[in-house]
Amino acid sequence: MTATLVALYVFVLACFIGYWVVWGVTPSLHTPLVALTNAISGIIIVGALLVTGTEKAGTAAELMGFVAVLLASINVFGGFLVTNRMLAMFKKKGK
Amino acid sequence: MEISANTQALAYLVSAILFILALKGLTHPATARRGNFYGMGGMVIAIAATLMGSEVRDYGFIIAGVAAGAVIGTVLAMRIQMTAMPQLVAALHSFVGLAAVLVAIGTFLNHQAAGQVDGLLMGELSAGVIIGAITFTGSVIAFGKLQGLISGKPVVFTGQHALNAALGLATIALGVHFGMTGSLVSLGLMTLLAMVLGVTLIIPIGGADMPVIISMLNSYSGWAAAATGFTLGNNLLIIVGALVGFSGAILSYIMCRAMNRSILNVVFGGFGTEGGGGDASATAQAAQKGVKSASVEDAVYWMEDAGKVIVVPGYGMAVAQAQHALKELMELLEARGVDVKFAIHPVAGRMPGHMNVLLAEADIPYDRVLEMDEINPEFATCDVALVVGANDVVNPAAKTDSSSPIYGMPILEASKAKQVYFIKRSMRPGYSGVDNLLFYQDNCSLIFGDAKDVCEGLATALKGTGH
Repeated sequence: MTATLVALYVFVLACFIGYWVVWGVTPSLHTPLVALTNAISGIIIVGALLVTGTEKAGTAAELMGFVAVLLASINVFGGFLVTNRMLAMFKKKGK
Repeated sequence: MEISANTQALAYLVSAILFILALKGLTHPATARRGNFYGMGGMVIAIAATLMGSEVRDYGFIIAGVAAGAVIGTVLAMRIQMTAMPQLVAALHSFVGLAAVLVAIGTFLNHQAAGQVDGLLMGELSAGVIIGAITFTGSVIAFGKLQGLISGKPVVFTGQHALNAALGLATIALGVHFGMTGSLVSLGLMTLLAMVLGVTLIIPIGGADMPVIISMLNSYSGWAAAATGFTLGNNLLIIVGALVGFSGAILSYIMCRAMNRSILNVVFGGFGTEGGGGDASATAQAAQKGVKSASVEDAVYWMEDAGKVIVVPGYGMAVAQAQHALKELMELLEARGVDVKFAIHPVAGRMPGHMNVLLAEADIPYDRVLEMDEINPEFATCDVALVVGANDVVNPAAKTDSSSPIYGMPILEASKAKQVYFIKRSMRPGYSGVDNLLFYQDNCSLIFGDAKDVCEGLATALKGTGH
């Protein structure tokens, strides 16, 4: 099995996990869900780190990687913190 | 410390599991915060494992980028108003899109310098660039519409679909050319055209279809991350991309179902008009049409001795920031032994779950806030339904008038309450441009005014009537 085929396996199985897990999310938390997925799609930072951090990176690639790291970090920090802020507001009666 | 590729892969696996648990936590408000912390843990592990791997050698740009991003992200998250959440989310989607484009092009440049490019890599790269670019500019347009920088009206012109199809085909053709030749010019042009396509795809969609646009762009940002994962051969990116992609896709489906419209109908859009009719003579217009208007005192008279009051909030509540006044009203009514509940339609507001967050912000307990299917049977037994800034989602025409554009859309059955009070600024129709049949029912009266002012007025009047 080639590496791409393995990646395809992983992708398809992850789609099924995503499908089941997201249907379980309560509708009252759909806004936090979107904010949380914002945060975790900041995982693209891994790609950005590899682009800018590799030894063989030229100046153009380094700069692109830098901007990508910056943008992805905004997602990671902004996404997780705002999700936390929202979730802290959801309280039961009588606290 | 440097870790081996296998250790790194194991760390990525742990990180992926933590992300799945993070989403799983959102099953219930009680477990949601813990879930969010799992997500943070997953991210820390993923970043640490990447930095400690053998591929990353140069840390200068990384430290600068993360530090700046951390400051900007933290300030945004702490400062943002809850009513402006849709804008923040749209902005964050655009960042993921642009980051995906930059990572894909940067990866190509690095591989080209090392002489390791092949057709498969360039194909995967093109997918990442195209999806990323569409996500980027599409989200910028969505942000502009939400922020009021560009008109929320659907922008429709003849030949629009043909133009989009031509742009799409040209983008793909350039992608194929790039895949065969590795030409930087093709790559650049493809990126540019995909960005134009992002604009032309989102511009025809009207402002009140925002819940669908936000969900769709959420989905795109996930697929962009997944495509980047294929390019880099990184399973963690593939897994997370699939999770996010499906999350957005499911939300889009839920939003469309709640409007009884297909996703194609929304995407190819042009639905809805920003209604006509002036504000000034609202009461006169109402009388002319045979609609009753009521005063705050009338409503208080009905509500103070009611057994149950159900509040139906809509986008108008968000615009007027009336949620805090509603909370006060709820407390005053509860002190009199009235059972107060809130009924949420899935597409109320500008993004999925928007109303729930605003009510939570006003400290209204989440067990008082119910979804459409849970609350609908209760309207028949409630004394007063108070509609605050909603319209189409309570229009009985959706059930009774098969010629109505909103026919078939599931609605909140506020019309079944003993008495309905409708807080409205004017006689303007709702987003769909359809007249609301509820207005003409005997049990319905309209209170004209700003949602916040009226709710505050109701609270003040309730305090004054101390029995």
